[in-house]
Amino acid sequence: MHLTREEERMVSGEQGHATRKAMQILVALGEIYDADRMVRVSSVQVSGVSYKNLGDAGLEFLSDLARDGRARVKTTLNPAGMSLTGWRSQGIEKGFAEKQLKVIEAYRKLGVEISCTCTPYLAGNEPSFGQHIAWGESSAVVYANSVIGARTNREGGPSALAASLTGRTPLYGLHIQENRVPTVAVDVEAQLRQPEDFAAMGYFVGKAVKDGIPYFRGVGRATLEDFKSLSAALASSGGVAMFHFEGLTPESGLGATGLEALTFTKKELAETDSTLNDEGKPDFVSVGCPHCSLTELATLARLLSGRRVKREFWVCCSGEVKRRGDDAGYSRLIERSGAKFALDTCMVVAPVEELGYRVVATNSAKACHYLRNAGLRVRFMPLEECVAEATRSD
Amino acid sequence: MKLKGRAIFKGKAEGQALVSSAPISFYGGVNPDTGEVVERGSELVGRSVRGRVLVFPHGKGSTVGSYVLYRLAKNGAAPCAIVNAKCETIVAVGAIISEIPCVDLVDVGKIRPGVRVRVDGATVEF
Repeated sequence: MHLTREEERMVSGEQGHATRKAMQILVALGEIYDADRMVRVSSVQVSGVSYKNLGDAGLEFLSDLARDGRARVKTTLNPAGMSLTGWRSQGIEKGFAEKQLKVIEAYRKLGVEISCTCTPYLAGNEPSFGQHIAWGESSAVVYANSVIGARTNREGGPSALAASLTGRTPLYGLHIQENRVPTVAVDVEAQLRQPEDFAAMGYFVGKAVKDGIPYFRGVGRATLEDFKSLSAALASSGGVAMFHFEGLTPESGLGATGLEALTFTKKELAETDSTLNDEGKPDFVSVGCPHCSLTELATLARLLSGRRVKREFWVCCSGEVKRRGDDAGYSRLIERSGAKFALDTCMVVAPVEELGYRVVATNSAKACHYLRNAGLRVRFMPLEECVAEATRSD
Repeated sequence: MKLKGRAIFKGKAEGQALVSSAPISFYGGVNPDTGEVVERGSELVGRSVRGRVLVFPHGKGSTVGSYVLYRLAKNGAAPCAIVNAKCETIVAVGAIISEIPCVDLVDVGKIRPGVRVRVDGATVEF
């Protein structure tokens, strides 16, 4: 692998301990995946923030790097295991909160923006077409590659952070045009009416294609929320890092001929819906996985206006989108119903299983997948039904 | 026998081989405090990786696994070296941040469980 003079200096330790460690990681990954050289990145999204996943070891690693490491490019952060200011009202235990705040402090020292969202593309980290980036957070990786046309591999926490501390990533995988062509076609015959239908389709296709690049055909239109839900689902049941949508995504013209094809009909849609539903009456309702967009806050405000929620209801979103919701008057209507904003966090990375809830209703296929792994039962339903479920009296 | 591979993290170490013919998930699969393998279905369940030359085809599972290797090292429960058929991101990053000598591109099937193995840079001798 060819390294520039400056990259050689980074790996030699001339620019400090953290830079050296970061460069060692990138060189090793470059060797493993046959990269010829490094490429500069314009932005980084770091995953590995919740103390629930990091533990003391992760905290120690980050604190160690923060002694002399600094972000060299725009770097934003994934959600934490709790709301950074409102954790008490979420029922989070003090010991957990203290550790989580130390993790955040380490990231702050590293020069990372404490954005705490899984949708950086809605909150100020908005790459443009063709830019090389290094993002963790699998749902954002899929969105950035597919909908924006920026280029990133699926990074883990340490490799994304290494890219931030050096401003580089090894040039391989989805950074190279020829690796971005579709590997399998999906003929969509089901009628997709709402983001949850796209999520169910993503969940079905992710399982079938594993780490392939699906090319969806036969859908005339899709909203930002449709693509956001689809991206998250594809990356949770499978290892998908990119998709194409005929006529809708920017690189859908890349050689999509002669592909094997799957079919997604109303039968697969109904079956996937039912595989995402367990028995039981929800005692916890949560929307915003991935984090809510402003449009979703508008919908929630309309649905919740003048009503009261009867059970715990979390609306997960970034601080940035919440502030826009404040300006637009949505947040007030949502909060007046008794629903809670879960800022900086979400139902997947917060220790929900320890808060005493047993059955979660959500409009996210991704959340269903991970909450089940954590031992909870799930009910998958559209946003409107989530609100109905939360406000139903019984 | 002496095998030549590729050094992922260069170093010297010597220990008894602990061999898994299946990929290993460190996150959820290895107790980060004791080094005990707890992954259901693994042929190594109940065995400890502590101080061993851990031989397996490649890592799998969550990328948080890299931090588990780091935690093992901090707790003195890490393997003294890692030998893989083909290293991937989780193990490579884990070995580098934990400074555990790691070699790959080696025919791991040749290494019998329990034999004494010496790792030095890119070579594996047993």
